[in-house]
Amino acid sequence: MAIPGVEGFMYPNEVELQWGLLIVLYPYITGLVAGAFILASLERVFKVEAVRPTYRLALLTALAFLLVAPLPLQLHLGHPERSMEMYLTPHTSSAMAMFGFVYLWYLTVVLLLEIWLEYRADIVHMARTSTGLKGLIYKALTLGSMNVSPASRVIDDKVGYAVTVIGIPSAFLLHGYVGFIFGSVKANPWWSTPLMPIVFLFSAMVSGIAGVMVLYMAVMKAKKMPIDMRCVDTIAKYLFYTFVIDFSLEMLDLVHRTYEADESFRSLNFMVHTRLWGSQVILQIFLCTLVPLALLASTQLFRIGEAKRRAMYLITGLLVLVGIFAMRWNVVIGGQLFSKSFLGYTSFKVQFAAREGLLTAIALMILPFAIFVALVKLLPPWPETTEAPGD
Amino acid sequence: MPWKGGTLRQFFRNSGHLIRLAAVLIAGLCVFLLIRTALIPKAFGKYGHYSPGALDVIRQRPVSYAGQDTCVMCHDGEAKERASGRHAHVACEACHGPQAAHANADDPSAHKPRLPDVANLCRRCHEKDAAKPAHFPQVVTAEHSGGAACNSCHQPHNPHL
Repeated sequence: MAIPGVEGFMYPNEVELQWGLLIVLYPYITGLVAGAFILASLERVFKVEAVRPTYRLALLTALAFLLVAPLPLQLHLGHPERSMEMYLTPHTSSAMAMFGFVYLWYLTVVLLLEIWLEYRADIVHMARTSTGLKGLIYKALTLGSMNVSPASRVIDDKVGYAVTVIGIPSAFLLHGYVGFIFGSVKANPWWSTPLMPIVFLFSAMVSGIAGVMVLYMAVMKAKKMPIDMRCVDTIAKYLFYTFVIDFSLEMLDLVHRTYEADESFRSLNFMVHTRLWGSQVILQIFLCTLVPLALLASTQLFRIGEAKRRAMYLITGLLVLVGIFAMRWNVVIGGQLFSKSFLGYTSFKVQFAAREGLLTAIALMILPFAIFVALVKLLPPWPETTEAPGD
Repeated sequence: MPWKGGTLRQFFRNSGHLIRLAAVLIAGLCVFLLIRTALIPKAFGKYGHYSPGALDVIRQRPVSYAGQDTCVMCHDGEAKERASGRHAHVACEACHGPQAAHANADDPSAHKPRLPDVANLCRRCHEKDAAKPAHFPQVVTAEHSGGAACNSCHQPHNPHL
């Protein structure tokens, strides 16, 4: 008897997809975190002064998205209350059980620490000037130390530098880990490749850099502040470089698969030409990779006016964000559409108002922006708009 | 160096906030370890990566299946018929469902099992599927019976025509 949406032969447990839209969001969100952090570290460790205006913005973006990163997983679990057990009795042989530790390390030891050190002078200043609940929050954040003497700030700077140096491999670990989760599934030829963590990492950097670039331009527009073109130009330059590496790696993977043409190739090739044609070839590769790459390349090669360049960066950034989402979709969903017998294909339909449906996904994508607005209110990223910190 | 020309005491004074931060982190770690100790069952890991107490919890759950031998004790007519046919190795409860409540009741007729839904039951095993061995009896039900129930022709306990 034909099952709707199924073509050819599927094993019974393959007909319905186990990992849906929320599991697509999970690597997308962690990718934005890792990418935003790596952009921040450009300024801190690699001394790229031009991107200084986005340094704090990138840190807050990373934090806002990191706080939301575990939510898609929690909503996917049948027993979310049991997820705590991976902290209590972790099973070291399970890569998935290790997520909690990778996450906590990155959140507390890297991101919160770096943000705290960066903002300490501002926090102390605001603790002195604010009153009421706000004042209490800032006082708590000072941890009772109001010392912002130049000597203490020098120490902060050195410790902050060390934290960022530890943070870069940690950001690589966080997103490399997510790629590892897929790359290590040896039964699935669409996922199982050692290139997966590296491809995930570079696509994370691409999405994070594009995300912060778009957010920076949007925030400047909203606050009616001038966009620092030197900064955006530099970000776009780095976006171009990382995107070229990312695209080359993905194409390397594709060429390798095509040339190797193992027993899964016919099936995967058919899938790419049918089920994934729209989301992978048209959307991910042509519209959201080649078009932005061409736009970025032309800004590097030709002299283009400021207003036009801004528009080009905005279009590029948005296309890249859609493209990396499509990439996550094609990996996560694509890997479940074909039968491991290589004889059939199933299909995936996103539900709307369901626990793992479209509505939840939209809410999960809005939530980081709400957190971001709250964080910006608590810790304004633009010191030039407030009074100078009292040091 | 930040403490150049100064004393070690000055250095400690200027990094006092970092010592406080370290204290907060260590306190957080201690709270976590305390919660962990309180929440993990005492004998965890005795036999493997699980709590032995879980076995008792599982043991306390009511048994649902009566078992083949129990069914045969009363329903010997059906049992004999089944034993002589090709369904000899299909247990009673595979089609009739778990029957412990029926078998253990003082008055089994008060817990009378419902007859299986034949239209769907037979199909579970005998619907045509390319993945099944070719010698296994299988049909495309929609074409095979024209909507008639399987047991209008076949005897389920001994499924010859």
